[in-house]
Amino acid sequence: MGTLQTTFPAEIQAAIANYPPGRQASAVLRLLYLAQAAYGHLTPEAIDEVSGILHMDPTQVRGVAGFYTLFLEHPHGGYVVQYCNDLPCALRGADDFLPVVAEKLGCRPGETSADGLFTLECVMCLAACDHAPMMQVNLEYVLDLTPEKLDALVAEWRAKAAANPPRRPPFGFGPPSEMAAPHG
Amino acid sequence: MGEMHVVLRHRDIPDLHDLDVYVAHGGYAQLKRAVTTMQPAEVLDIVKASGLRGRGGAGFPTGLKWSFCPRDVYPKYIVVNNDESEPGTFKDHELTLRNPHQVIEGAALAAYAIGAQAVYIYCRGEFWQEMKVLEAAVARARAAGWLGQRLHGTDYTCEVYVTPGAGAYICGEETALLNSLEGELGQPRLKPPFPAVAGLYARPTVVNNTETLANVPPIVEKGAAWFKAIGTEKSPGTKVFCLSGHVERPGNYEVPLGTPFEDLMALAGGVWKGRALKAIMPAGASSPVTPAAKLAGLPLDWERVAAAGSTLGSASFIVLDETTDMVWVADKTTRFFQHESCGKCSPCREGTYWLKQVYRRLVAGQGTAADVDLIGDIARQIDGKCFCPLGEFALSAPRSTLQLFREDYDRAAAGAAAQNGQAHA
Repeated sequence: MGTLQTTFPAEIQAAIANYPPGRQASAVLRLLYLAQAAYGHLTPEAIDEVSGILHMDPTQVRGVAGFYTLFLEHPHGGYVVQYCNDLPCALRGADDFLPVVAEKLGCRPGETSADGLFTLECVMCLAACDHAPMMQVNLEYVLDLTPEKLDALVAEWRAKAAANPPRRPPFGFGPPSEMAAPHG
Repeated sequence: MGEMHVVLRHRDIPDLHDLDVYVAHGGYAQLKRAVTTMQPAEVLDIVKASGLRGRGGAGFPTGLKWSFCPRDVYPKYIVVNNDESEPGTFKDHELTLRNPHQVIEGAALAAYAIGAQAVYIYCRGEFWQEMKVLEAAVARARAAGWLGQRLHGTDYTCEVYVTPGAGAYICGEETALLNSLEGELGQPRLKPPFPAVAGLYARPTVVNNTETLANVPPIVEKGAAWFKAIGTEKSPGTKVFCLSGHVERPGNYEVPLGTPFEDLMALAGGVWKGRALKAIMPAGASSPVTPAAKLAGLPLDWERVAAAGSTLGSASFIVLDETTDMVWVADKTTRFFQHESCGKCSPCREGTYWLKQVYRRLVAGQGTAADVDLIGDIARQIDGKCFCPLGEFALSAPRSTLQLFREDYDRAAAGAAAQNGQAHA
C-alpha cells in the first residue's frame, strides 16, 4: 500500500462513495488533493497510486494534475501564499502592495523563502475583489491586507512553525463528508 | 431604487447559515410542500412562468432549460455551477458562505422538478471554506430529514454532494465543468448534444448557477406573479451586482433588475476619491467596456446593457475611474485569458499568447503603432473561430478599449517612439 492509502484510507473510500458505482474517476480531483497532502506534492509515485486506486490510466491522471492550478508538481513551502493581482484587485493597489508581501515573506513571486516556510504565487481572481488587496494562504482567505496586518500574520505563522513545524500538506481535503448516502 | 434582498437574505437575518435559523424563517418548507403536495411539473411551471433567467452570465430562461430534459430517461442530475471565477465576480462566494441552505433548497427543488435524485455542487477549488460550509449544511439538513432518502415519507429521494474543482476558469463553462466532474480534463464538449439530453455521465443534466437556484425557493413560495412584479418585463427579479475597482464601497448589492446605473453606484458611494467615471466592465473581465456617456440613466437589465454595446452577464461591475489607462486594463484581462485558456483550440490558445506579447510591449513602453494594428489582426484570427465562447471573451477588453479609447493606445505607442528617439539620440 502506498503513502496515500496508508494515510487516508477512510477518506479515499468516502470520496469515491460520492459518485455512482463505476464512476470512480469522478473522485480523481479529491484523491489528488489527498495525495498532495500525503506526499507533499504530486510526485510520480503519488500519480501512480491515484491511478491505481481509481483504475485510471496514469497518463490521464498526470494530464488532470497538470491542467489545474491547485495541484503542485514540485515542493512548496509550508504556507502557500496565493496573492491576487488580477484586474479588480490591481485597481485597488494590489500591484503596489505585492513588493510589501514579497519583502515580508522573504521570497519573490514564484519562489519559496530560504527557510522553506513560504511559497509566494501571483494568481488570478479569487472572488473576493471587494476586499483587495487579498490573498489565500493554504486556501484560507486573508482579506483587506495592510502592512500591519501582514506583519502580525507573518509573526504568528513563524511562531507556529517554530513550535510545531508545518506539516507538508499545503492544502488537501480533510475527511470528505459523510453527509449523503453512498451511491449503490 | 434601493436594495432588495431575495437571495442575500442573510443581510437582514443574522445567522441564516444556521439550519435552525433558516428553518425558523420558512426554510425547507417549500421543498417539503413540493415533494408532498405538488407534481414535479407544477414546480417547473411556476419557475417557467416566473421568467427567472440564469444569473451566471447567459441570462437563459431557467424553466425552459429545465424543460429540455427528456421525461423518461433516468437517472437525471442537477449540477450547481459554483465555479465562480470571472474576475470581478464574488456573489456566489457570499451566498454559499452566508446563505448556503437557500442554494441547497433551490437545487433540491430543481431536482424534484426535473426528476433528478442527485445534486452535485461543483465549487472552484479555491472555495475550500465554501465547500466546508456547504458540506456541513448538507449534513445537518440531511440529519434533520430535509434531504436524503424517501423524503417526508414519499418515495422521492434527493441526495446532495459537494464536489471540488481545482483552479480552472474554463470549468465555469457548463460542459467543461461536466468533463471536470467526470475526471476528464476540464475542457468544453462539442454541442449538441446539450447537457439536458446528455450531460453528466451522458444522462439528462441541468447545470444552473448558484444565484439562479437561490431564487427558486422564494419563487415557489410566493409565486410567479410576485417575482414578475420585481424588475422588468423581460428581466424579472433582483440581481446581485458585484461592484469592484474604483468605487467607495466595493461589495455585493442586490437590486431589482432595471435599476438605473446611478442608483446602483450611489449604493456603493459612487466613484472613489471624488473622481469622474471613465468606464465600467459590466460583466467582469470578459465584457466590453462601457463608457461613462452610455451609462448615464441606463436601466440595468440584460436587454438594455446589450443595447448599450456590452453585456450584463453575471453583473460584475468593474469600475474604472478617469485616471485608468485602458491599455493597462486590456493587458490585465489578456494576461488572465492567456493563463486560463484551456488549450483545446488553437485560436484561443495561440491567439491569447500573441496578444499577451503585444500588450506586454505596449505597457513596457516598447510598443509601436504597428503593435496597435497587430491587436486588431490577432483579434480577427480569434473571433468566430474558437471552440467555446471563452475564446472570444478574451477579445472584449482589447477590442472595446481600442475602439473607444484609442488615445490611450496612441500614447502607449508614442511613449515607445519617444524612448526610442532618446535611445538613438
